[in-house]
This record gives sequence, structure tokens and C-alpha cells, in this order.
Amino acid sequence: MKSLAELKAIKEKTQNELAMRNAQNGIRIVVGMATCGIAAGARPVMNAFMDEIQKRNITHATVGMTGCIGMCRLEPIVEVIDKEGNKVTYVKMDADKAVRVVTEHIVNGSVVSEYTIGAVQD
Amino acid sequence: MLRDLSLHILDLAQNSITAGAEKIEIVVASDENNEFLALSIKDNGCGMSAEFLASVADPFTTSRTTRKVGMGIPFFKLACDQAGGEFSICSVMNEGTELKGSFEIENIDRLPLGDVGDTVAFMISSAPQIRFLVTLKSVKGEFVFDTEAVKEEIGEVPITEYEILQWIKEYVNENVQIIFGGVLNEIIG
Repeated sequence: MKSLAELKAIKEKTQNELAMRNAQNGIRIVVGMATCGIAAGARPVMNAFMDEIQKRNITHATVGMTGCIGMCRLEPIVEVIDKEGNKVTYVKMDADKAVRVVTEHIVNGSVVSEYTIGAVQD
Repeated sequence: MLRDLSLHILDLAQNSITAGAEKIEIVVASDENNEFLALSIKDNGCGMSAEFLASVADPFTTSRTTRKVGMGIPFFKLACDQAGGEFSICSVMNEGTELKGSFEIENIDRLPLGDVGDTVAFMISSAPQIRFLVTLKSVKGEFVFDTEAVKEEIGEVPITEYEILQWIKEYVNENVQIIFGGVLNEIIG
């Protein structure tokens, strides 16, 4: 049985990491989570991003969600926005693709071109 | 169509968030005979005008500006209708909205409950400033999750921290198991 008291321990543990992370907020990963996104499977994509970023201890990226991006047929859509505001739009995402985007784009800085909207929409 | 009720909750809660709610209350309850499952989502957001409310279950009604269709509420109504349940919505301008749906538990077309813990964590991460109250009720008991209680424990650590959200997921799902295990046939008790 879990109890609220367990949160105290998590609190102490995260407090240290927190100071580090706030110092360098860089890339924003935004997942479209309106009705269209959810129906197309945006939730596993979001989970994959959050898990992978935690697993790799990435401190320069945050994951968030937004509403309908406007191209429902290409959902799940993920936007990756860098510090300067440059945006890469990934479409028809799934959990495996999300892991690859984290490895190649977030960690190594090279866009996974084959998943981008440019590659899918000729 | 959305695959389970937790996805509907996630989707409908977005409406409440967009409506500027400060508090969102979600209740999932089965009656004492285990016949019906009832879901309600109540917010204190901006509410809707009578005209908008009258047509809100029509897919061609939406508040969004990117397109002219909105499927969230129509899909939810369909999920209720096809599982022998009822759907209702009341809203008062500047006071809030309450949406209710019910489902025959044994109906073959009733959607499964799905991953409620995941939904709760997602709602919090998309709107951490909102107070979420989630109540689960069945003959086996009642469980109330309140983001205020969590925030009290964690102090200045943001509720959106990965490990906090992970804990919330597990905490909620453990209680889904306790309350609905054996009550809903998809959850083993």
C-alpha cells in the first residue's frame, strides 16, 4: 500500500536534482493531445518521451502537451523547439520513434528527417 | 473513437482546463448492484452560453479556431449511448460545467476503464496549477485523490517532477485496483 508519506522521501531526493535542471532549460518537446491526438495514440508517445528523458538523465529538455496542432490526419504530432525557437515537427509518431528522436535529436542534435512533416508530406 | 474511459477523461478535462477552471472534480463510481458505472467531471471554469450548450453534443460545434469540428463530447456521448447509459451536461456561465455519463457495466460495448493513473498524471502535468480531485467509489469502498494533499507533502518541489508524477500514477492505479478489482470485469480483484 502506498501512502502520501512516501512523497517526503521523493521530495528530498528530487530537491538536489532540481537545482541542476533549472540552470539550463533548453529544448521543449511538445506533444499534441487534443481528441485527435489522443485517439491516434499520443499518450504512449508522451510516456515514451518522459521515460526516455528520465532514463538518460537529460537535463536540457522538457516535455509538455498542447491542443490540436491542426493536422489531425498526421497525429500523433510532436514539435521539438530549440532555445532559439526553431521548430521541427514530427508526425505519425509512436513510442519507438519517440525513443529514436530522443537519442538522435535531443542528445546528438541531428534531426530524424524521415519522421518529419517534410518527409511525410511530399 | 477513444479506446477507453481514461482517455475520455483526459480529453474532457482539457475542455475544463481551457475553460480556465481552478478546480476539476472527477468521480468514477459504480452503484451498489454493480449495474452502472457513472463518470462525472465538474469544473469551476467559465461555463457555456445556453446556445452553445444546446449544440455542444453536435460535432460541428467547437470552441477551437483551428477547424470547425469538435469530437470530444460527441464521442463521449456515443460511448454512453452505445453502452446503454445516459449522457448529460449542465453549465452555468461564469460558474462552471458538469458533465455526466453512465454505462451498463456488463454491456459488451462498454469501454474499459483504462489507465486512470496515467490520465491523472497527464492532467496534472498539463495544468499543474489546477486542483484535481479524483474520487473512485464502489461497493468495496471509496478513494479520494487530491492534488492539494500531494502539494502539501512536497512543498517547493514542483508536482510536475517525473518521480512525483510516477508516484501519483502508481498510487492512483493501486487504488483503482482496490476499488474496482472484481467490480469491473476487466480489472481482476
